[in-house]
Amino acid sequence: MPLPPSPAVAASYPEWQSSRTGRFLALLFLFAVVASWRLAEVRPLALVQAEALHNLFAFASGMFPPAHSAEFLKTVARPVMQTIQMALLGTLLAALLGIPLALLATNSLSFAGPLHDMARRSPLAWVLTRLPYTCARLLLNLLRSIPELVWALLFVRALGLGAAPGVLALAVSYGGMLGKVYADILEAVPSAPLEALQSTGASRLQLVLYGWLPQVWPNMLAYTLYRWECALRAAALMGFVGAGGIGQQIELSMRMFEYHEAVSLIAIIFALSALMEWLGDILRRSLV
Amino acid sequence: MAQAATTSPVTVTRPRRARWQYVVMLGLLVLGVWSYRDTGLSFGTLLGAEGRHQMALFVRQMFPPDLSPGLLRQIAWGALETFAISFLGTLLAVLLAAVLLGGATRTLAASSAFSEAGSHGLWRSLRQTLRYGLARALLNLFRSVPELIWALLFILVVGLGPFAGVLALGVHTAGVLGRLFAEVLENVDRRPCETLQAAGANRMQVFLYGMLSQALPELVSFALYRWEVNIRAAAILGFVGAGGLGYYLFIALNLFLHKQLLTLMAAMLVLVTLVDLCSALLRRLLV
Repeated sequence: MPLPPSPAVAASYPEWQSSRTGRFLALLFLFAVVASWRLAEVRPLALVQAEALHNLFAFASGMFPPAHSAEFLKTVARPVMQTIQMALLGTLLAALLGIPLALLATNSLSFAGPLHDMARRSPLAWVLTRLPYTCARLLLNLLRSIPELVWALLFVRALGLGAAPGVLALAVSYGGMLGKVYADILEAVPSAPLEALQSTGASRLQLVLYGWLPQVWPNMLAYTLYRWECALRAAALMGFVGAGGIGQQIELSMRMFEYHEAVSLIAIIFALSALMEWLGDILRRSLV
Repeated sequence: MAQAATTSPVTVTRPRRARWQYVVMLGLLVLGVWSYRDTGLSFGTLLGAEGRHQMALFVRQMFPPDLSPGLLRQIAWGALETFAISFLGTLLAVLLAAVLLGGATRTLAASSAFSEAGSHGLWRSLRQTLRYGLARALLNLFRSVPELIWALLFILVVGLGPFAGVLALGVHTAGVLGRLFAEVLENVDRRPCETLQAAGANRMQVFLYGMLSQALPELVSFALYRWEVNIRAAAILGFVGAGGLGYYLFIALNLFLHKQLLTLMAAMLVLVTLVDLCSALLRRLLV
């Protein structure tokens, strides 16, 4: 039997373990589980029905041998290449979109911190410096909150099928993510080096070039490379909504019960993302 | 930076890396141009008169957004369903990850201070290594297959509907969380565990009071983070028929009901923001 904790120990617990908040949260959690269970039509028994097992067995046996004929490889070569290109171009464009938005969305560039200690202040200037900041933050949130596949669907409808809408979807949603993280990185810059430069009489441009960029550059690059790896996985799914890449083949092969092809395609994605991780690592080490 | 700092202040030499950096950047740029030409993306046509017209037409078709009560009710149910999928999916992932964790955590599976209490032997250590490898491989498999593909597979097994979405999110996220959890547990401070062991605690007690109590805040934090990711994922599972708001979006686009698009996207935005807020609140309360 564990002893009940002494009052001193109990007092050191986080609030939720000993208070009404905890009981409330537990109740809320239970309610959410039950309600979600009903809403999501959870039927655990469906997993062990004869039909389910039969389908699962058909899938498992259909996987072998994985498709590897020269003909198959030739037909997927182009979509695979396209997936890589979409990820690369999408990330590049996302960075191009993210950088200006991030600069606008960085409070220490537009109104706070050592760069602006010397600036004159007037009510108009106050509003003018904060307005772009707020707008940029809102826009970044908007771009980020809509999933990339939804963007892809919209661009496909606006521009037609193909890889181009996929690239744009990646550029827009990843632009939002990159922009937000860039802005956070830019805001988190320690101000001591900046103040040191400032005290030697450096101009604002010099502050940005010699105090700012060297501090943020490696972090921004590292995060962009990480996003590039994610972009590859996202690009592989773009085909599900008709936005190019290998996704279309995957969906077709699953829907046509060609599981041996699906397995090969998934293995290709797996290999590609491993390759990208490795490449990202090398680039990170050589650039950062 | 470090190299520049060590050189004398008078003759500041550039780090040797710099030139190599330019080469790599140039290479990436060349690859970018090659991709631009190959993907058929053209800013000329996109931003030209034709492209602008097409985009403007599409945007104009979305206005005014459809706010009829029937659609709003439908969307509200869709949003609740999406929420349910993300919530149960994440919960299932935590449970699955917890099951696999015993094998996937090196300090739990292989010999260490934690398992020194047990007997040693070649057979035992072989078995432990095997279990570790198997659990890690399984987590890798779960993680590297995207949730949409898991959804296609589970639709095959349990039929169309949100349950397939729950399973898909659960399995994929279990792979992600399992790895994160294992890393957290492996990096826990070993000394409290050893103290407990010295006091005569059994393995379960060492795990519960030594490891888990240290790791819990981080584990909760990761689970909440994945919930935020999963609400976004649940919103698109409907594209393949696995329930939620995505289904309505897909239908609206395919039937050219463009006026519904704006309402649906607004609903998605609200839902995602709400879950983010919930998660932030819970993080503050629990972590």
